[in-house]
Amino acid sequence: MNNQRRSVLKTGSGAALLSMLAAAGLIKPGMALAEWNKAAFDAKSMADTLKALGISQPADSKDVQITGPDIAENGAVVPVGVTSAIPGTTMMAILIDKNPNALAASFTLPEGTEANVQTRVKMGQTSNVYALVKAGDKYYTATKEIKVTLGGCGG
Amino acid sequence: MSMNRREFLQVMAVAAAGGMTLHSEFAMAEKGAAKLYDLPKFGNVSLLHITDCHAQLNPIYFREPSVNLGFGDQFGKVPHLVGEHLLKHFGFKPNSLEAHAYTYLNFEKAAETYGKVGGFAHLATLVKRMKANRPGALLLDGGDTWQGSGTALWSNAQDMVDACKALGVNVMTLHWESTYGEERVKEIEEKDFAGVVDIVAQNVKTADFGDPVFKPYVMKNMNGVPVAIIGQAFPYTPIANPRWQTPNWSFGIQEENMQKTVDEARAKGAQVVVVLSHNGMDVDLKMASRVKGIDAILGGHTHDGMPAPVVVKNAGGQTLVTNAGSNGKYLGVLDFDVRNGKIAGYRYKLLPVFANLLPADRDMQALIDKARAPYLAKLNEKLAVTEGTLYRRGNFNGTFDQVIVDALIKEKDAEIAFSPGFRWGTSLLPGQPILMEHVLDQTAITYPWTTVTSMSGEMIKTILEDVCDNLFNPDPYYQQGGDMVRVGGLQYTCNPTAKAGSRIQNMMLRGQLIDPAKNYRVAGWAPVAEESKNAGEPIWELVARYLRDVKTLKPVELNMPKLVGANNNPGIAL
Repeated sequence: MNNQRRSVLKTGSGAALLSMLAAAGLIKPGMALAEWNKAAFDAKSMADTLKALGISQPADSKDVQITGPDIAENGAVVPVGVTSAIPGTTMMAILIDKNPNALAASFTLPEGTEANVQTRVKMGQTSNVYALVKAGDKYYTATKEIKVTLGGCGG
Repeated sequence: MSMNRREFLQVMAVAAAGGMTLHSEFAMAEKGAAKLYDLPKFGNVSLLHITDCHAQLNPIYFREPSVNLGFGDQFGKVPHLVGEHLLKHFGFKPNSLEAHAYTYLNFEKAAETYGKVGGFAHLATLVKRMKANRPGALLLDGGDTWQGSGTALWSNAQDMVDACKALGVNVMTLHWESTYGEERVKEIEEKDFAGVVDIVAQNVKTADFGDPVFKPYVMKNMNGVPVAIIGQAFPYTPIANPRWQTPNWSFGIQEENMQKTVDEARAKGAQVVVVLSHNGMDVDLKMASRVKGIDAILGGHTHDGMPAPVVVKNAGGQTLVTNAGSNGKYLGVLDFDVRNGKIAGYRYKLLPVFANLLPADRDMQALIDKARAPYLAKLNEKLAVTEGTLYRRGNFNGTFDQVIVDALIKEKDAEIAFSPGFRWGTSLLPGQPILMEHVLDQTAITYPWTTVTSMSGEMIKTILEDVCDNLFNPDPYYQQGGDMVRVGGLQYTCNPTAKAGSRIQNMMLRGQLIDPAKNYRVAGWAPVAEESKNAGEPIWELVARYLRDVKTLKPVELNMPKLVGANNNPGIAL
């Protein structure tokens, strides 16, 4: 196990870590804010979210992959990842159909960035989870159902 | 009035009209035993497999299920065959030794005839016999070994750890083991098992960075053949069991990582790749169809005693999928003939462990007796006598669960009671005393607390639907491998083929439909939430008190749901 990573995280507060990453050039301050689309994050349904993002009919693509557990171990922190093999991918988003606000995360990718993101999302119930990817002026999607159960009663 | 066993035997002997007596059947079995356990050597790579013994060190009775439904792609397929359907599929004769070993048919009479099954002392004799002509054979333990008895719970798994070392286990993977907590599992791995037993699990990682917690696999050299044993722990441990017991570990099926692990083992020269799995058989079958390069998945968790492997074709060739039952009842023997780096042939046999046909290994019995000695007085307390057969296994209520929910309703003054759909738990024959040990066989877990909750009708429906989807989701990767939650007080209709959220209908209490908005007093046990720690007395104390009052337990009436869409399903015998 890599204990070093763990102790770095334990000693450094979240803010300190962020400034470290910023100093290392990994995150540019304001990067997230620049692309913040309030209307999209406030949208309740999948349809409204797509509308707020100005997207009509995204196409399913085998070049987009969404990874996550089949059944969430903890609905409050569900690890979800998106990768895109489509050249010129500039945006990746994660949408959760049954969440009160469908759009859970949106990533803007500077040119030359590997189109591979990982994050944790919160889920209240079993839902289809969508990866939405923008490449050029087109949008692509991939879907995976992630089950959120009450737990117990197994085995 | 309760019958004692001798009276029962007499009744059964009269009932078995037409010639053959029970004694002569057993005599025939004794003669056949030599043949049964005389498995000629085959090939040069041998794997002995035990799984899901649930800490049963001594021989017990175990009734196989009469309800093990499969739908959709799983309809009528192994392991979803019971009774006559299973006999027909595997070509066994009715009333044969095999019929008793693998099905519930004629359970009471056959159990009296052939006696108890399992027990580590008898298993040890069989393991030694198999190893005698299989040099280098490995003994693999699929997990659910440290939990399921009073002695395992009270000794903090130590009795099972010692017994497994004495039995000669080489490699194991995990499920219920994790309910002793992360620290205890690592302590056993690093101290007791150091240099003796490898714990393998490619799908257990730290929750923060995804670092491996155990070795993903081990490479063993057997008669010059490199063999990789990859571990697959139960993927839904922190969901089916309390998350707080393994807060820093993440599980899941991890199919991609499984493929990577197989590829890595092959790249390092493995000529045979075997997965020691606690996925459950349906999950194993799906995984075998998608991951390339696995020669065999030796499976457990779903407690399916399957006499022959399922051969699954995939892009890499084929994968054998086995499941070796539960409660120490079987020993799986898989032999490979490896020539010039390739598997040229295989043999598989799931040997039933009949205690009366295999003498007890003296050293192992001494170890078991020593481990049990401090607890004997408590274990042997006679609580009641049962007039009917008591068992748990089956998709819906078993008779022992019925006793548990009846006890919960009475002792907690509840309207409805829930008991988890566990698949472990031994069986008792009519006329047998119910000892404290037997109650612990059904209940000994590290989170045994009883609960009473005021629950809305809507919540009750949500719970039943949720558990039902864990059992009947058409995609095995979304199944958790337990059975339906056992229900007392409440009647309902279940349509397993309906969509999630619509399988449970007509929930009735005392002839009235359940009102979604009304609250009901619901009793239960084995809460997984950390807030429910020490909620109420341990379930075994409650059940023991109930049984002491009852004294003579009449055959219980099973509260079975009305099933829709299960007609003509070979996974049910009604």
